[in-house]
Amino acid sequence: MSEPMLVARDVSKSYGRQTVLSHFDLTVDEGEVVCLIGPSGSGKSTFLRCVNHLEPIDSGEVSVAGHLVGYRRTGARLRELSPREIAAQRSDIGMVFQGFNLFPHLRVLDNLTLAPRKVRGVDAATAETRARAALERVGLAGKAAAYPRRLSGGEQQRVGIARALMMEPRLMLFDEPTSALDPERVGEVLDVLRDLAAGGMTMLVVTHEMEFARAVSHRVAFLDGGSVVECGPPGQIFDSPAEERTRSFLRRLGH
Amino acid sequence: MTDIRSSAVTAAPPAAGGVPRRLPRRHPFRWLALAVILVLAAMFAHGLVTNPNLQWDVVRHYFTSADVLRGLRVTIELTAGTMIISIVLGTAVAALQMSGGPLLAGVAGVYVWVLRSVPLLVQLLFWFNISALYPRLSLGVPFGPEFVSGNVNAFMTPWVAALVGLGLEGSAFVAETVRAGIRSVEPGQTEAARALGLRGPAIFRWIVLPQAIPVIIPSLANILVITLKATALVSVISLSDLLYTVETIYGRTYQPIPLLLTATIWYLILTLLLTLLQRGLERRFGRSARRGAPAPLWRDALAGLGSGLARFVVPSNRRAAR
Ligand SMILES: Nc1ncnc2c1ncn2[C@@H]1O[C@H](COP(=O)(O)OP(=O)(O)OP(=O)(O)O)[C@@H](O)[C@H]1O
Ligand SMILES: [Mg+2]
Repeated sequence: MSEPMLVARDVSKSYGRQTVLSHFDLTVDEGEVVCLIGPSGSGKSTFLRCVNHLEPIDSGEVSVAGHLVGYRRTGARLRELSPREIAAQRSDIGMVFQGFNLFPHLRVLDNLTLAPRKVRGVDAATAETRARAALERVGLAGKAAAYPRRLSGGEQQRVGIARALMMEPRLMLFDEPTSALDPERVGEVLDVLRDLAAGGMTMLVVTHEMEFARAVSHRVAFLDGGSVVECGPPGQIFDSPAEERTRSFLRRLGH
Repeated sequence: MTDIRSSAVTAAPPAAGGVPRRLPRRHPFRWLALAVILVLAAMFAHGLVTNPNLQWDVVRHYFTSADVLRGLRVTIELTAGTMIISIVLGTAVAALQMSGGPLLAGVAGVYVWVLRSVPLLVQLLFWFNISALYPRLSLGVPFGPEFVSGNVNAFMTPWVAALVGLGLEGSAFVAETVRAGIRSVEPGQTEAARALGLRGPAIFRWIVLPQAIPVIIPSLANILVITLKATALVSVISLSDLLYTVETIYGRTYQPIPLLLTATIWYLILTLLLTLLQRGLERRFGRSARRGAPAPLWRDALAGLGSGLARFVVPSNRRAAR
């Protein structure tokens, strides 16, 4: 395999006096699915937001597809990129939110076509064709004209995924994509994630769905206190974790 | 079609032990209130029509006289001009306050504070007399050569002073309204847009503004009505608006009541038109936020005038049907 899709090296981040990420290391290869698990407040969401520079990091480095995220190396120093350059980097990284964050004033179709048109300059007709294909892919071909409010949670989240796919990202970040859903709606969203994984998408998924993590991911990373405690194939993490902290976390989940 | 429906209803009689018929709730107090209001309204109308001091013939004479219409036109133009200045300037100030960095945000904050603090009357007099403070105005390099310069007194006509005073004050209120509207948009919206690779101005234009507008419009319309009335203050700097015009006339004819009544009726009409405009805008921009069919425009407008009577008189079958 070529160079990794995502490299986070010695990343630290604090809010005021509270350290949220400390010496965080993680590598994700191209086509790999990595699940992040860990207790609440362990820094899972914060790490995802650092990957596309929604939050700047205090020290360390994050690179996606071989490019430093948010900074340019000038000699021994790092200089923050311009808003335009950062936006261009973000447009290659898809992100799916726990609360969907669809644009409520736009129909589903326009939710999907807005970014390709405004960021990439794709013309309206092409954007629409691609949007309809993306909706087809997540099983929502009939919902193009609906407003997000009118959709169920599972449908909204699938629109959220389709919206991210429209930018043809090289890496997809999912922050608890099923946590806000009714139990009977979880499956339809996980099915879409499974399809994406099978299609070779590189994915970083924060999740509490251990069955999904075991079945779909190539590796599972257990986070606690702002760093990766243990990372390995799901069989190893779930069945014979090396660290006591991992064991007690899984025990509490009833694993 | 109505026939079929009503016969279908009567065709399902409340057979004993069958499905009970549903009756709407009774509103005895509404009827009582209506009776009281009708009596009071009749008394008031009677007084309006029969009180000779109101001199309706004088009102009728001046209502569409050339002078009054000219004054009306000044009032309308002043309101429109003020609103344009207020909205453009106010939006810019709000943008600075929210994303201009600490220095510019501070400047914008002081701007809003000062302009909301100084009474409009003081501002109008101040701008009208500004030439006493700065006799000459010039454009050039700071502390360097001047390119253009002019006499402030000649430039600061009552019209300009009124526009500057009303516009600056309006912009401070618009800035606060716009800021509140923008803050009402969830941060997750901006976050999602940024994650897609959109940038500041595009996010503002396509994501934040469309969601802020339905929140902003009602308050903006309120500011518009306040502006309309505030234009009456320009009589202190001798600008011939509607009020100043009728004042001039009754100064000559000694008929203040009918002439003030004339102006009042015009203000009522203008405010009604603005209210209709407001409802129209709300309906135009609030579309995706609303569910179900909107009520007719005129009923909205009446409700907007604070008259629950409209809902009382118009049977609420629409609402019941939902
Ligand atoms: N913008 C912020 N300002 C201050 N503190 C923050 C901010 N965002 C997150 N934090 C803090 O950082 C810590 C890690 O938060 P984060 O959201 O990354 O946790 P998480 O692992 O995603 O937890 P959860 O499973 O509950 O979502 C928490 O203690 C949180 O209070
Ligand atoms: Mg989280």
